[in-house]
Amino acid sequence: MRVAVPQLVLRLTIIGVLVVLLQVSAITQIELFGTNADLVPLVIASVGLLAGSVPGACFGFFVGLFLDLALVQTVGLSSLVYVGIGYGAGRLREMRDPQGALVPLAVGAAATALATIGYSLMQFLLGVDAPVSFLLARDLLATILLNAIIATPVYAAVRRILLPALPEDPRRRRRRAYTTGGLSPLSRA
Amino acid sequence: MYDKTVRRRRAVLGLLVASSLILLTVYFGESAGGGLHSVQRGVLDVVSPVQEGASRALKPVRDLFGWAGDTLDAKGQLKSVRKERDALRTELVDTQAKLRDASQLKSQELLNGEAGLNDNAPVRARVIAKDPNLWFDQVTIDKGTGSGVQRNQAVINGQGLVGRVTEVTGSTAIVTLITNHTTQIGGKVSDSGVQGLVGVEAGHPTELVLDDLSSKDVVTRGQIVVTAGTTSKVDRFPSPYPRNIPVGRVTSVDDPGTDDQRAHVAPFADLRRLDLVEVLTKRDSAAK
Repeated sequence: MRVAVPQLVLRLTIIGVLVVLLQVSAITQIELFGTNADLVPLVIASVGLLAGSVPGACFGFFVGLFLDLALVQTVGLSSLVYVGIGYGAGRLREMRDPQGALVPLAVGAAATALATIGYSLMQFLLGVDAPVSFLLARDLLATILLNAIIATPVYAAVRRILLPALPEDPRRRRRRAYTTGGLSPLSRA
Repeated sequence: MYDKTVRRRRAVLGLLVASSLILLTVYFGESAGGGLHSVQRGVLDVVSPVQEGASRALKPVRDLFGWAGDTLDAKGQLKSVRKERDALRTELVDTQAKLRDASQLKSQELLNGEAGLNDNAPVRARVIAKDPNLWFDQVTIDKGTGSGVQRNQAVINGQGLVGRVTEVTGSTAIVTLITNHTTQIGGKVSDSGVQGLVGVEAGHPTELVLDDLSSKDVVTRGQIVVTAGTTSKVDRFPSPYPRNIPVGRVTSVDDPGTDDQRAHVAPFADLRRLDLVEVLTKRDSAAK
């Protein structure tokens, strides 16, 4: 199993920087259904699903750190939340390896829920005096729904960028072998 | 091998979580001029131009989504704005109707005062139905015997004489207008006192004629014709119309200075746009 670690790190760095800049410069200013999409948890969850728990957690940590630094907010807060998301998505891949078409959607929605609720909880714990209102709950729900809608294309885009740098997946190798005519159990028989 | 992988994974996770917590603690613990804050400012200095460039580059995309979002929002607002518009329109119509009523009532009050009709116990009524044919000669009002309305009572509006009550029920009454061919009104020219009979001219349902004049009577264009208050000296045929109610203005005179002279009279009351009227429920004691 070949692992192109420097190439993977390079691609993850590019994705991380791009997603933070895109989120901060454009996505936060585009309002849909009364809320904004949040690409960051979707991309982190996609990286976790594609690359595993350790790369997912590391990517979450550094993207969170970059986001906190770029937005001049409490350093370490986003990192802590995104580490959990990247790690959780990676563990899901390692333990269950789900292959359904709706997996990115479900994982994206769960990641967004964890990110928004986790971030809000951390803010409350740190003493931000904001009332828990129906409006906040509605915004949370709207963000989760919007992110669920865009989760699949985001996953596809991340997969397209990361795939050449990812370790060879035995199942993918097997599928490719069938289509090219080699290594099929039937042909061997 | 497996244990090593698991230990490594857990170690990385622990390290990352610990790093986050350390960063949080340090960030909260240090002053605004501390290390992390300085790093944050440095990153901001580096990232700001990039952010600005990205923001400019992505402006068309933002505008596109903004336009789509605004369109959706506008569609949502359209419904409530339409509802508001309908409510305001209803309010406007209501206000305009009240203004029209107020204007009519004012002119009616004025006429009542000038012609001394307050003694005739005027009952206000609203026209609720109109004769739709060309000869437009009767309307239905919303007051009947319950309000003291009886047959042969005069009906006026703020402009002048309208007609008389010809049929009456408990809550409504039919008013035959002065332009009906059966109507004959004892009229006189207000300034000279020349008397005659006012009726409708054949073939001209909206024009009246002052007839039954002698060759000595001088009637000129522009004179005002009012009710004379009596057409009969017999008590059995009292005039339904009190004196001095404005009827119309002389527009022309045919064969002046002869016994056949006739004056054409344009009624003051706009009979095609009747709304508020008054029924004079008490006869003028002198008009018999």
